Amino acid sequence: MSRVGVFVCHCGENIGSTVDCEKVSKTCASIPGVACSVDYKYMCSDPGQNLIRAAIKENNLTGVVVAACSPRMHEPTFRKTCAAVGLNPYMCEMANLREQCSWVHTGSDATTEKAIDLVSMMVEKVKRNKPLYSIKVPVTRTALVIGGGIAGIQAALDIANAGQKVVLVEREASIGGHMSQLSETFPTLDCSQCILTPRMVEVAQSPNITLYTYSEVESLTGFIGNFTARIRKKARGIDEKACTGCGDCSTACPIKKNPSEFNVGLGMRSAIYIPFPQAVPNKPVIDRARCSYYLRGKCQFCVTKCPANAIRLEQEDELIDISVGSVVVSTGFNVVDTSFFPEYGYGKYKDVISGLQFERLLSASGPTLGEVKRPSDGQVPKKIVFIACAGSRDPAKGIEYCSKICCMYTAKHAMLYKHKVHDGDAYVFYMDIRAGGKGYDEFVRRAIEEDDVNYVRGRVSRVYERKGKLVVRGVDTLLGAQQMEIEADMVVLATAGVANAGAEELAQKLHVSYDSHHFFAEAHPKLRPVETNTAGIFLAGACQSPKDIPDSVSQASAAASKVLGMFSSDELTREPVIAVVNRSAPPVYSTCVGCFMCQSACPFQAIERDEIKARDGRVIKTVAKVNPGLCQGCGTCVAFCRSKSIDLQGFSNEQVYAEVMELMS
Amino acid sequence: MKIGLYPGCSFEGSAREYAESLHAIAPRLGLELEEIEGWNCCGASSAHVMDRKLSLALPASILARAEQRKINEMVVPCAACFNRLASTKVELGQSEAIRQEITALLEMPYAGTTAVRNILEVLVTVLTPEVLKSFPDTFPHKVVCYYGCLLVRPKSVAHEERIEDPTQMDELMKRIGAKPLEWAMKTECCGASFSITRTDIVGRLSGRILEDATERGAEAIIVACPMCHSNLDMRRKDIEHTTGKKFTIPILYITQAIGIALGLTPTQLGLQRHFVPAALEGKSKVQPKPPVGVKVAV
Repeated sequence: MSRVGVFVCHCGENIGSTVDCEKVSKTCASIPGVACSVDYKYMCSDPGQNLIRAAIKENNLTGVVVAACSPRMHEPTFRKTCAAVGLNPYMCEMANLREQCSWVHTGSDATTEKAIDLVSMMVEKVKRNKPLYSIKVPVTRTALVIGGGIAGIQAALDIANAGQKVVLVEREASIGGHMSQLSETFPTLDCSQCILTPRMVEVAQSPNITLYTYSEVESLTGFIGNFTARIRKKARGIDEKACTGCGDCSTACPIKKNPSEFNVGLGMRSAIYIPFPQAVPNKPVIDRARCSYYLRGKCQFCVTKCPANAIRLEQEDELIDISVGSVVVSTGFNVVDTSFFPEYGYGKYKDVISGLQFERLLSASGPTLGEVKRPSDGQVPKKIVFIACAGSRDPAKGIEYCSKICCMYTAKHAMLYKHKVHDGDAYVFYMDIRAGGKGYDEFVRRAIEEDDVNYVRGRVSRVYERKGKLVVRGVDTLLGAQQMEIEADMVVLATAGVANAGAEELAQKLHVSYDSHHFFAEAHPKLRPVETNTAGIFLAGACQSPKDIPDSVSQASAAASKVLGMFSSDELTREPVIAVVNRSAPPVYSTCVGCFMCQSACPFQAIERDEIKARDGRVIKTVAKVNPGLCQGCGTCVAFCRSKSIDLQGFSNEQVYAEVMELMS
Repeated sequence: MKIGLYPGCSFEGSAREYAESLHAIAPRLGLELEEIEGWNCCGASSAHVMDRKLSLALPASILARAEQRKINEMVVPCAACFNRLASTKVELGQSEAIRQEITALLEMPYAGTTAVRNILEVLVTVLTPEVLKSFPDTFPHKVVCYYGCLLVRPKSVAHEERIEDPTQMDELMKRIGAKPLEWAMKTECCGASFSITRTDIVGRLSGRILEDATERGAEAIIVACPMCHSNLDMRRKDIEHTTGKKFTIPILYITQAIGIALGLTPTQLGLQRHFVPAALEGKSKVQPKPPVGVKVAV
């Protein structure tokens, strides 16, 4: 016979002013199976918890119902309270009298009646609770970091420097990501390469980091603490060990006119190339779509010129399987191309460029060696118009969100332009200036006040070419919607930040959720910003939403600390709220009929096939089995099971029906 | 190809040459035009600013009449009429309640089975390589194609992907041997119905269009809208008055340009009706044979 204790909390006035707590506790005392029922002002306080502990001992309670706030708030508190005096923590349940009753109703008898119903339901549930024990899962202490931009680099270094192993996988031929393409960084104007390259080198030299560049994650299987990742190391066409990175191959290569990805199409590279001078690793890669050998079967100039005999034209992709305990996804973002904008010429005007392209023009390692020269004729533009929010915050373009970084980098662009071209004019068309951040607004003010950048609040309706000039037609909304036309030499669009190519595909491989714009989804926007809904997989940087460098680095360090937390013990402890398929004595073994509807329903790939064998090894029956490491306790399989053979521990059908029956009675 | 024709009011008045040139070229392109019997006003630029029900009922009445005649496809040469008819078809297709309300008003059934096409869509379909072979001449002129506002907008109504930089008319011009130029005013406003009330606005807006076309060296502006034509051609004096500049560039309907390539006479194409003289000629595809005994460089 159950002996349940009911503890009604007033939560100060939160519950007490609307619900008659004394009446609730008195009424509940008479429910069959309730051994004691009391109310108290603050049940979560020390005296409140002492009261519960004393009552458990005194009445030898088998179950506890705390009628207070949401279990999201204090369920762990009260479960620990019970465990301290030897009651299985999962025999403690909460009835939510605050969020689900007192806060949403006015004080009345009906409100108190509802509170009594809520408590009675929980009493019926607790009577059917069974002791549960947390699950232990072993951990492989290696982290997989996907994406080697600044976020991935930071996460990898933080984990490696704490003494744990990291495998860093980068899709491109070098790590560095978008940050390596930037000129100088706001709000301090320090050179992007200068602060990034030491970190890139540190990655290459760290004994704890295994770096796979020009590689992609092919698949990820397993579960928290025990993932297996298959990595496709794409054929670079060279022997990385033999190659010295001298660059003779690129010099020898006759196929030189290929748009450079690193320079966003503003410069050219050869078919065998090192992406940029500071690349890590400093080894070339062959672009097979452009190389004459792969297209026409001849050339091989690089092979003859290589002093180290390191060219391997017949090299094939390599598949590598690794075991990892957790994953950090830091695959970054991209910006839309100028061809996305019909009103700004569909990308047909050479001197209408994206912000990322302008970074390359400003960069000392860029196609113009840091001089601002326009792409069409190499002239120094005397008048530049910057258009902020190109695509962003525009539902008509399908991008409703703010790309967050553009206000700041546009101010930086205009400022750097003025620093380089003293007699030049810079105009910025903007919707709002969003410069929230340390030193950010001061930076924008500096551009306006000290560097004389003309900020015009309004949109640009059209850009067209006339007599060698780009006519920018816009409106100044602060001067009574006055129309204005500027004859510019160059136009820079702060194009919207979007999810990186292949983000959706990767999310599906990793079984993490993503939003309608293909940015990866965090488990909770405020309280779990670096976790995904899949245990053991974390997010860092702009793959979750457009972010600047400080934010990406912060999130990367946060993700690293989550990984290190996981790696701090040999085993992981997990809540036992998982699904189980029933098993029983012969001749039934299990009511599961092996239809495996549950397998197709499970979003986490947690259902396995289990063969029940006789002593002689003969298979008697194949039934479903839930992998406790993968199961997230969502209960979808329970609803799908045709033979009612699956139960969610702590939320069994029996328990839930008992709650409903109590409400109906 | 048999196709319904909704001429609209301008076909009988200000855009008579558009009508004449369309009827002149149609048989040569294999187009059999069937005018919608009993057609009425589409509502034009007035109805939709005054009464929503009226703005839907007028075009719906035209569409319903076309259905009665079992016309599956209808060409609407006027851009404004096209916009009203196509918009109405979209709106009635989206809401069953509106469809019922309007059909009750019309006392005619309406199912939405007639496809509404603008002149560009139709010409792109019929000007096939085989048909082009039968053209005696080409139209060897540098032109700019002016689409205006309603031919390609809004996106939900017109079937044009590149609404800010449409290319259909340029493509048609290339087919008849013209050289369409890049320019900035393809879809800018000409002033539209301010033609009646505020000619100064038309002067300013249309002036920009003429200026850009002239600067880029175009010999003619090609249009497919009676409103655009009347603003750029008939209002030329007002434009010159407002801008203080002289413009000589002629404005041709796309059907007239095709007619010239077909070797039709200016009168057949109504070219004499223009306010700004349009003396553009076609060029024969057959090269005149050199006189015997004269050597020609090959």
